[in-house]
Amino acid sequence: MAGTGILVLGIGNRFRHDDGVGPVIAERLEASGIATRVESGEGAELMEAWQGFPHVVLVDAASSGAAAGTLHRFEAAETRLPTGLFHYSSHLFSVAEAIEMARILGRLPGRMTVYGIEGRDFSYGEGLSVEVAAAADVAEAEIRALVAAGRG
Amino acid sequence: MSKRTLKSTSTVKPGARGKAGGRAKAPIQAVSRNIKVDALARVEGEGALYVRVKDDVIEDIKFRIFEPPRFFEAFLRGRIYSDAPDITARICGICPIAYQMGASQAMEQALGVTVTGPLRDLRRLIYCGEWIESHVLHAAMLHAPDFLGLQDALQLAKDDPEIVETALKLKKLGNTIIEVIGGRAAHPINLKVGGFYRAPRKEKIRELIEPLKWAIDAAIGVAKVFGGFEFPDYEDDYTCVSLRHPDEYAIHEGRIVSNRGLDIPVADFHKHFKEEHVRHSNALHGMMMDGTVYLTGPNARYNNNYAQLSKLAKRVAKDIGLGKTCNNLYQSILVRMVETVYACEEAIRLAEAYEEPDESCVAVTPRRGVGAGCTEAPRGICFHRYELDDEGRIVAARIQAPTSQNQPQIERDLRGVVGANLRLSDEDLKWRCEQTIRNYDPCISCATHFLKFTIDRE
Repeated sequence: MAGTGILVLGIGNRFRHDDGVGPVIAERLEASGIATRVESGEGAELMEAWQGFPHVVLVDAASSGAAAGTLHRFEAAETRLPTGLFHYSSHLFSVAEAIEMARILGRLPGRMTVYGIEGRDFSYGEGLSVEVAAAADVAEAEIRALVAAGRG
Repeated sequence: MSKRTLKSTSTVKPGARGKAGGRAKAPIQAVSRNIKVDALARVEGEGALYVRVKDDVIEDIKFRIFEPPRFFEAFLRGRIYSDAPDITARICGICPIAYQMGASQAMEQALGVTVTGPLRDLRRLIYCGEWIESHVLHAAMLHAPDFLGLQDALQLAKDDPEIVETALKLKKLGNTIIEVIGGRAAHPINLKVGGFYRAPRKEKIRELIEPLKWAIDAAIGVAKVFGGFEFPDYEDDYTCVSLRHPDEYAIHEGRIVSNRGLDIPVADFHKHFKEEHVRHSNALHGMMMDGTVYLTGPNARYNNNYAQLSKLAKRVAKDIGLGKTCNNLYQSILVRMVETVYACEEAIRLAEAYEEPDESCVAVTPRRGVGAGCTEAPRGICFHRYELDDEGRIVAARIQAPTSQNQPQIERDLRGVVGANLRLSDEDLKWRCEQTIRNYDPCISCATHFLKFTIDRE
């Protein structure tokens, strides 16, 4: 599907302010021709979405108590995600649970880079807080570098 | 699957359960217990449980729904009739079809049209998809861990990856059916008052048949594994309320019936059923006009309409230990799998017969009117009623979701279960209470998933 074999998954709801950071980044990257998908964060769907991609970059808002805009980075194929970092979704499992389920079932991509961006404002409405917007720029640049390295 | 026994059952001595006088060591002073669950896991939405027991007497039991009210009925007022299916679909991400179809049928009644033939078949087919995805998700991923002493589906996947893989594949197939007919799996976009925006292509529907044949066998396999669980021993003499249709196991149409002789058209729902506000819940409590608490959902359907299940579904039911009625709601996990088998078979039948219709919907002309619609959501009957003005704008809306109707019955079950299991430790009793709530697959709403449980033992 994707030329580079990298898929960027933006998780979240853009109508809940900082929760929309994943979709916002995915949208910007898509404009540059990078394979992206926006997902709500329902685990079963996620596992389907990343099937067939050797490298998946997953971007989601985080809520761990760290300062707003903190950028958490994980290589999920190598380490377990700390629990409690991501919001629980309304459904079967959240992002972290989906990753763990995929690990158990042998369905993780060869490489999975997870960006968790600590949010401040998860209330109704559009637009990112200043801290999260700044972190989004950093994450976006890093992901572009990852994609470029993949292409190279 | 490795068969494991629920941990808590080991703390119950044979014969001790439910016998008030069977205590070996009678407490000298008053013993009070408070059991609390602040946020129940493996349910949809935010709810809590509080139990207070004093000297083995239950003083208080509350199943609290603290998720804020969502005002969907108010949003609908002033909007055109055709907005209702898409707006109400947003009430639930797991069972949007129930809302879309109930709203559509209510509008159709108000506007004097009927949907028949292939369009009706498509509705039943997409509903089968919803039953499959919702039932399998709940039974395999949310409910099964209760019977295995496991915390969640992750542990289940470690124990038995095969059953989790099968369940995920079955759920995916349910979603695919919804996608093919509805345009997308969550909050489908192709359903409307009068039918569909666009009729699916015949070959797309036919492509569902082969995977569905696999699904029948897969669902039977899962059902047999679950049939080997040990089920806590608790029954009630439930008043079972469901739809009934003369020609088929009711899913998306029928009259509202009960096992006590009720048999009414959907439009008469409010003559027989009411909702009351209770302080500890943000969801209204449903009951019959005389205050009777009732059950809706898989077991109510099964008990009322068993005769209309397919031969295969009946055989599977028998093989996994179910009779013609089932009043042990822990076995709702089995009934869900029997209904899944049925939904797969029914979906094949509908898919094989499907021919593309000339029109994707019945033409509708806005007018003044009142209409009601009711379907069997996976969790039970989901009722809608709307009043329209001359232009077809919504003047009044009422929606009664299955979980609000089941709430008083959930509390009644909890009272019975706690009373019968006072010998359990707080931790085990808490587990049993959560399991009891999960029998209902409550869809508290689509928010975070936790439940708060409190037991006070004074």
